[in-house]
Amino acid sequence: MECFIGIDLGSTTTKAIVVDEDGRILGRGITNSRSNYDVAAKVAREEAYTNVRFSALSQRLRENNALGDQLEAFEIDLGRSFALEGYLGQLARLEECCQRDVFRHAAKGGDTAAISEAITDIIASMRKHAVNMFMGEEEARSDFFRDIAGSDYTEYAAAIARSGGPAFDRLLGVYDRNIIPVENEIDPRSFSQRMTAAFKRIAPLYRGEHDRLAQRIQEVIDEPIDDIRTVGTGYGRARLPFPKEQIRSEILCHGLGAHLMFPATRTVLDIGGQDTKAIQIDEQGVVTSFQMNDRCAAGCGRYLGYIADEMNIGLHELAPLAMKSTCRVKINSTCTVFAGAEFRDRLAAGQHREDILAGLHRAIILRAISLLARSGGIRNEFTFTGGVAKNQAAVSALKEVANENYGELTTNIAPDSIYTGALGAAEFARRGGHGPLAAASPGIGAQGSAATPPKNEHQAVKA
Amino acid sequence: MSTAAIKDASMEQQKALMAGYFDALATAPERGQKCVYTFVPGNLTELIRSFDLLPVLPEINALQSGMRGKSADYIGLAERGGHSEDVCTYVKCDIGMLKSGNIGPTGKPLPKPDLLLLSYTGCFTFLKWFELLREEYDCPIMMLHIPYQGDGEITPEMRDYVVRQIKDELIPQLERISGVKYDEDRLRQALALSSKAEDDLVWTLESAKHVPSPIDAYFGGVYYIGPIFTAFRGTQDAVDYYRLLRSEVQGRIDQKLGPVTPDGVLEKERYRLVVEGPPNWTSFREFWKMFSCEGAVVVASTYTKVGGLYDRGFRHDPDHPLESLADYCMGCYTNLNFPRRIELLESYINEYQADGFLINSVKSCNSFSAGQLMILRELERRTGRAGGFIESDLVDPRYFSAANIKNRLESYFQMIEAKRLGV
Repeated sequence: MECFIGIDLGSTTTKAIVVDEDGRILGRGITNSRSNYDVAAKVAREEAYTNVRFSALSQRLRENNALGDQLEAFEIDLGRSFALEGYLGQLARLEECCQRDVFRHAAKGGDTAAISEAITDIIASMRKHAVNMFMGEEEARSDFFRDIAGSDYTEYAAAIARSGGPAFDRLLGVYDRNIIPVENEIDPRSFSQRMTAAFKRIAPLYRGEHDRLAQRIQEVIDEPIDDIRTVGTGYGRARLPFPKEQIRSEILCHGLGAHLMFPATRTVLDIGGQDTKAIQIDEQGVVTSFQMNDRCAAGCGRYLGYIADEMNIGLHELAPLAMKSTCRVKINSTCTVFAGAEFRDRLAAGQHREDILAGLHRAIILRAISLLARSGGIRNEFTFTGGVAKNQAAVSALKEVANENYGELTTNIAPDSIYTGALGAAEFARRGGHGPLAAASPGIGAQGSAATPPKNEHQAVKA
Repeated sequence: MSTAAIKDASMEQQKALMAGYFDALATAPERGQKCVYTFVPGNLTELIRSFDLLPVLPEINALQSGMRGKSADYIGLAERGGHSEDVCTYVKCDIGMLKSGNIGPTGKPLPKPDLLLLSYTGCFTFLKWFELLREEYDCPIMMLHIPYQGDGEITPEMRDYVVRQIKDELIPQLERISGVKYDEDRLRQALALSSKAEDDLVWTLESAKHVPSPIDAYFGGVYYIGPIFTAFRGTQDAVDYYRLLRSEVQGRIDQKLGPVTPDGVLEKERYRLVVEGPPNWTSFREFWKMFSCEGAVVVASTYTKVGGLYDRGFRHDPDHPLESLADYCMGCYTNLNFPRRIELLESYINEYQADGFLINSVKSCNSFSAGQLMILRELERRTGRAGGFIESDLVDPRYFSAANIKNRLESYFQMIEAKRLGV
């Protein structure tokens, strides 16, 4: 399987997209950016390859009419089991690192044995919970190890401290010292090893089809993925782990990505973690002008992150709350650092959380509208991308303010808009960085006419 | 302007000129020579010098302090003294330098002014700046009123109005301060020398029409305008400097060499740009390298026209001394109205075969920054060339965000590339 990869290293998350030589999307991967772009790029790429192989497996199973009505359930089970496998692997490394840490810091405090024992108990509880979380009905609060493990560890450590075990601060200190090294370590097991283990866990449920399924899985494992070319994009390109000639500006990648998703796009707004981009593109997806927030990151995604932290809720819980507002509060400041003070001040004034949140969402959108005006305004069609485009309250505020300023517009928001930059990068990779523009098909990337790039750049990836 | 990696003979000569100038300023009080503080736009250097007075240029001191890493402390001191964060950072840098003992950029003391002379009123900040200095020095001040080119031209009435102010008010004041009688022949001789140097400056700036360009008309350009925009116009020293500079540039054209950058001679010219707005001085070399390492050459800039639009035909004229000085006061770039600024930029983009134009916007400099986005939009519409916009500051290092500016510049260069290729 020959493919091209685009990787978008954002300040919060790193995204990878794999496309085939016709520009069709084969797989997607996402991970948190940590503070290690090199690892983040590798993990996102690996996730995308995994996604490619799962898609290939799905296709083979359908072609073989395997499992009948049970096919969908099998795919979900296998996917969850595979994710669980990855999680358990990282959990094992976390335990190992934490235990080593406890003995390294043995002299301090003198309760080494108790802390060691507590960590064993915490990780055991986390392991047990993980099985329920991944294989049961429970919804995971995040896709990222750091978020899930952090939340569980804190909960179990608090419980142990409450019941007379070591102090919560000491237990949390061990976790804090070790989560980053664990997160920055790439799973040493191959896709094949993880997939085999994942299948083994669910195989008893599909006993009748075991051999056929095992054979299809093995075929997918054996199929080499030839990575013809990778293009990277994202913030601070000097830090991107790619040679310079394989790096494209995120402005160009977002412009092209938005064009591939919605070919009639003329204006793109991307609100990411620490920057906002207003981009104008032509009918070919070529950027004609752009503006970015300059001297500060007021009104970017991190602003919402601060508010969520301040309210002690998850980022994804902000929008549903804001959408309940009946009387929006007017907020002027979009300074990220002042966000918490602004919120507390309004609460103290007796205003409702949901009304304050609605005001905060509108405030960041007003900031984005000003940037759009600087870039040349909004032209139809208008495409909104980036992490903040997943926030319904932000989307609703944007539509309202855009309509107030520019009249009726077609506003596009793709469910996978977070991958826009990576898609543009993958398309640049497919074109070899240059070459004529291929005609685009909505949702699947450009089709057709680009010349096949030279083979000598490619690198085969074994499962 | 003396800190750069350029080691051409002209550069050495300029360094020596500037060092001699600051030495002269340092010893002026003991030698009994009097000084006039004035600004670069519309400066009347030949007239000042014809009274044996020395010009002192506060913006030049401020930018020199910025380049030498001293401006942050000076600005901090001015802010502690009550000057707002939003005030032009040249002003705060100058006030801070004054409060720190008025030691100039070369480490030698600067003389107190015997006169504060404002001969350009297009920048309102200049008025306030000199008001502040008047409070500090308790010295005479003279503010000429220089009409704005609101209708895009200098009319005979405008010229007469400025000439009357020079003749009736300024010259008598200069005579009083210096004790020297106005000598028009001496002024004419100086203006003749100005004109000669101006010819060579224009030739140098226009050499950037060559492909590849032998010069960078922004980062290199600020060095080229140094002597003529400051204390040396009307002197033989300036004539000699520009003659030498011209011969060096001719040599580069003959050898088809690109401009000299902080990393040596630029090997491959990839992007030709027109730049609007002043440069950042605190990270001048770093800023320049963001262009040169991508093969971007600035072929024309408006900043190098703040001291006059010589390339559009203006020359100091010994036959009409006061009239040409009046025209000079009214003719600097920031005194042009928007249609004229846009026309000028459009002609630069076309004449210099630029791939695009870039605005470096400095919020605290309203003379430049007001209306820049409209200029950008209009130029995009007229030329179809790629427009870019970045923001920094003159001498406040807090407002130069290197990572962000580099990010935008790289995106901008790639945008030009994509426009070229249609991908």
